[in-house]
Amino acid sequence: MSFLQCFLLAIKGISTSKMRAFLTMLGIIIGVASVIVITGLGNGMQNYMTDMFEGMGTRTLNINLTGRGSNRTISVDRMYEIAEENKEVISYISPKVTVQGQVRCLNENMRTSVTGVGEDYLLINSWEILSGRFIQYFDIAERKKVCVVGSYYASNDVFGTSPVGQTLKINGEAYTIVGIIEEIADSTQNSTDDMVLIPYSNAVKFSRNATISSYVASASSDESVTQARVAIENELYKVFLNDDLYSVISMTEILDTMNEMMDIVVGILAGIAGISLLVGGIGIMNIMLVSVTERTREIGIRKALGAKQRDIKSQFIIEAGTTSALGGVIGIAFGMLVASMIGPVFDITALPKIDSILLAFSISVGVGVLFGFLPANKAAKLNPIDALRNE
Amino acid sequence: MIRFEHISKIYQVGDDEIRAADDVSFNISKGEFVAIVGQSGSGKSTCMNIIGCLDVPTLGSYYLNGTDVSTMNDNKLAEIRNKTLGFIFQQYNLIPKLTVAENVEMPLLYGGYSNQERRAAALESLRRVGLEHKANSFPPQLSGGQQQRVSIARALVSNPSVILADEPTGALDSRTGREVLEFLQELNSEGNTIVLITHDNSIARKAHRIIRLFDGKIIYDGPADSDQAVVNPDIPHGEHIKKEENNI
Repeated sequence: MSFLQCFLLAIKGISTSKMRAFLTMLGIIIGVASVIVITGLGNGMQNYMTDMFEGMGTRTLNINLTGRGSNRTISVDRMYEIAEENKEVISYISPKVTVQGQVRCLNENMRTSVTGVGEDYLLINSWEILSGRFIQYFDIAERKKVCVVGSYYASNDVFGTSPVGQTLKINGEAYTIVGIIEEIADSTQNSTDDMVLIPYSNAVKFSRNATISSYVASASSDESVTQARVAIENELYKVFLNDDLYSVISMTEILDTMNEMMDIVVGILAGIAGISLLVGGIGIMNIMLVSVTERTREIGIRKALGAKQRDIKSQFIIEAGTTSALGGVIGIAFGMLVASMIGPVFDITALPKIDSILLAFSISVGVGVLFGFLPANKAAKLNPIDALRNE
Repeated sequence: MIRFEHISKIYQVGDDEIRAADDVSFNISKGEFVAIVGQSGSGKSTCMNIIGCLDVPTLGSYYLNGTDVSTMNDNKLAEIRNKTLGFIFQQYNLIPKLTVAENVEMPLLYGGYSNQERRAAALESLRRVGLEHKANSFPPQLSGGQQQRVSIARALVSNPSVILADEPTGALDSRTGREVLEFLQELNSEGNTIVLITHDNSIARKAHRIIRLFDGKIIYDGPADSDQAVVNPDIPHGEHIKKEENNI
């Protein structure tokens, strides 16, 4: 007997006793649904985190130097040299100096933070210039009093829509605005768009110890992030001789670590939920055993008319598999519905990946087949004479 | 066609040995209509199970169409049953959830025939028993006589060498019972080999030859119209016939 015929027979069997079939499937439905909800939420969470980190640049490396003492520092030029020596993995590097200072625009105090950066800072962050230009090498070399502002300055009413060419004061020094960066967030106060960038050579003057302790660099590709980090770390070690005195952190690596942790947590939770699939399987086995007893006579007839052991066995296994697969499909649909309702509560789009849906489906089929095996074997081994005598 | 050579079936019940069939030997040729008769416990069911390849003998050999089937395994026997035997049971043994046509098709399903072949053969077989119009009904919707005719159609569908009827009239009233027997006679006249198992002498007499079993042994094997054929060892001769004629 072909698979298709067994399958049609199974569908027929299920459709003649719908309520019973539904109750048999219930364990599988609940099990699959909970696995789908958990993996859906986990996936939604991961997507959310990935989006967040991608906003910060996945190729970006943050370098922090905490080394103290004059013989244990590294010069800006040396940092640029390191980048140049490893240019196959490092595209750009830029100092990043946070300025403690007050920004005043036309007698108005702003809460904007000021950062001293290199000429490649724009490229490292993959930002675009909205109008004007970015800080250039000669601005840094000649310590020009120029600045680039975020799109907040083009949208607030301080300068109107065209701040380029206007002047603002940082700790009392006048800086000319030479460019505006495109909108990154939503152009509101305190957002990323609320920024003022100046040449790092000027920023260093504002800081007390006149050393640069942080840099940002970008790797040449997503794949070379780790190589870039290791290259920088190696060079820094040669200077500091102690890896506690510096840190090179890659956003991608943090994201990867977080995703790995997330995967483990989701895996454990899904595994726990998966136990209910086992219980569902036992439910199927139970009903199938009852069904074999009830249908002893049918089995006897089939055997008398020439059904071989494997015909009977495949009939019952396919019936169990079909029941449980149907339960799996219902469970997937139900789980996705629940996940899409829970998602918004956590502000995420909870949607399981296609491979976890396929996995849930194949596990439910597998559970049915596995737990259908014992009843099917029992049916196949029935003696036709005894089975026919059964009333 | 059917050859029993010193067949014995021995059951072990506790310390006792029960010989359900004891050194039974006979031949049935193609085209014969044989009734195997006996009371319950005579061994006729055991013989039927062995003829029907549902069971194997403890001792002796059973040749069906020249092959020794007494040593075959379960799956081989299933194949033999499927290809060479047609069963008619007392309780019809139709599957209530399947349609009449699907029931009739079943032997072909296990014989590996295609959908269209099965359907065509089933309808042809149903036409022979005059129930073509009931093909899509379900067995419980039919009368007992109709159900038995469906089961005959099922027995015929695979064109078997031997039709094995186990008390085919047992669950029917006498009129429909007679119809079924007449139909079996008709099938026989068309050349089918029929083995009828019954406890009822009057039914057995519709066959051409009677094999009477008592305590697992053959006590008569000969023409059905002989007086000797209906002698029951327990009941005086004349009384027995009279009693059963009253029943019909």
